[in-house]
Amino acid sequence: MSDIIKTENLTFSYPPDEGKEPVQALRGVDLTIEQGSFVVILGHNGSGKSTLAKHMNAVLLPEGGRVWVSGMDTSDEALLLEIRRRVGMVFQNPDNQIVANVVEEDVAFGPENLGVPTEEIQKRVAAALKAVGMEEFTLHAPHHLSGGQKQRVAIAGIIAMEPACIVLDEATAMLDPLGRREVLDTVKRLNCEKGITIVLITHHMDEAAMSGRVVVMNDGKVVMDGTPEEVLVRVEELRAIGLAAPHTVELLHGLRQDGFDVPLNALGIKACADAIAGSLRK
Amino acid sequence: MLKDITLGQFFPGNSLAHKLDPRTKILLTVLYIVALFCAKWFVSYAVVAALLVTGVKVSGVAPKALVRGLKPILFIICFTAVLNLFYTPGEEIAAFWIFKITKEGIATAFFMVLRITMLIMGTFLLTYTTSPIALTDGLETLLGPLKKIRVPVHELSMIMSIALRMIPTLIEETDKIMSAQKARGADFETGSLFQRAKALVPILVPLFISAFRRADELAVAMECRCYHGDSGRTKLHVLHYQTRDYLVLAAYAVVLAGVLALARFGL
Repeated sequence: MSDIIKTENLTFSYPPDEGKEPVQALRGVDLTIEQGSFVVILGHNGSGKSTLAKHMNAVLLPEGGRVWVSGMDTSDEALLLEIRRRVGMVFQNPDNQIVANVVEEDVAFGPENLGVPTEEIQKRVAAALKAVGMEEFTLHAPHHLSGGQKQRVAIAGIIAMEPACIVLDEATAMLDPLGRREVLDTVKRLNCEKGITIVLITHHMDEAAMSGRVVVMNDGKVVMDGTPEEVLVRVEELRAIGLAAPHTVELLHGLRQDGFDVPLNALGIKACADAIAGSLRK
Repeated sequence: MLKDITLGQFFPGNSLAHKLDPRTKILLTVLYIVALFCAKWFVSYAVVAALLVTGVKVSGVAPKALVRGLKPILFIICFTAVLNLFYTPGEEIAAFWIFKITKEGIATAFFMVLRITMLIMGTFLLTYTTSPIALTDGLETLLGPLKKIRVPVHELSMIMSIALRMIPTLIEETDKIMSAQKARGADFETGSLFQRAKALVPILVPLFISAFRRADELAVAMECRCYHGDSGRTKLHVLHYQTRDYLVLAAYAVVLAGVLALARFGL
């Protein structure tokens, strides 16, 4: 598989407030994300995960090191539009990323900017709204939609640009559980059916459990990287950087400490229950 | 659908007035205003009034809604009437103390009130039958040629549509802030005017700060969706003039010519 995003020794610091030391947000990140994968980036507040995300479509440019999107260097200004078309970004607050008064107009915003012909835009808008299950809201006003629906409209707006990758920067943080489920199901489906690479930035552990790969950030660096079964079972290490393992793993970890012979890598609720039942039967 | 958009007081409908191209309607309104300002005497005013009545009838907008629109400018109408009544020189009819009413004064005041009333009603008819989006779209296309002399037409229409988009969001936010302040004992309803105005400060400050933050985030989101101004931009819906637009415009032009002719003869 080819790489969609590749960073090499990426460093970045925000301009300091007056009289303060500059804040180093990224301290040398090497990360490769493969086309078609579903990657979750975890980390507590201030770990640099959002800063990393903003480098993936050239919203921020590297201070040191480099970032490539499909082999295009993000610091090359001539490639900016193509990079942003390829890697779409969904942000935390749905209200602050919807541009138009009508759902279809908002979804059309990206393709309009790219100069896509009118008939093609109409086709793309219809297809994108269908892909996120919002086709019946085509002519609605966005401010009457729920949080989850607004985020799905925002995702549709990205899909209409036909991207290779969607980065969700804490896109579920402001949503209720139902809205979160809607958004997660949508991106999961896009990943499976259309092969769109998904990079999900979050601090929800259960979202990490459904991915194919988990990257944990702390203090501007990648500290863990692997499948959910490999990463999420490192309970003590996760705790040390301010993250809690999924409830199932926490439970199994507790049981192990009390001398029960259970495996740690049962992430799902059913798998966890089976593991406990299995150990009791022994 | 769109009926809840607060600004512009758009009444959705399916009449000819709703179906006309927004550009046609803007042009019609301009022509109507020109006709109104050229009208001289009862006959020409009657023709313009007939235009207005036809417009209202065709649009199906309740005349009551149009009259309601006059309320905020009632003061201006009265003020203009009084000024014209007393300060127009001419043949004196009645006089008391320093005021004198002239024959010309009565006529000017009457026509001035008629003119303002019909002006407001005519422009309201435009906003009542055209959605804000169509209106912005129409204005942008209509003013398109001004881009050549560097008038930022696209930017202005973008600003307008984003403003329209943000109004409900900011209203919601104001409600939230007010509730939060009330929960902590703020009082917006009692006290003198000055005290009530002062109570608004703690609402406006957070509202402004949040509006700026929103603007910042929206700008980044727009950049992420490849927004780079007007160059090479296409549209989801392109405006097309229909036969009915040409017909209505032609009919209007004839009426305008008629009004001009009548006004020339002082009618």
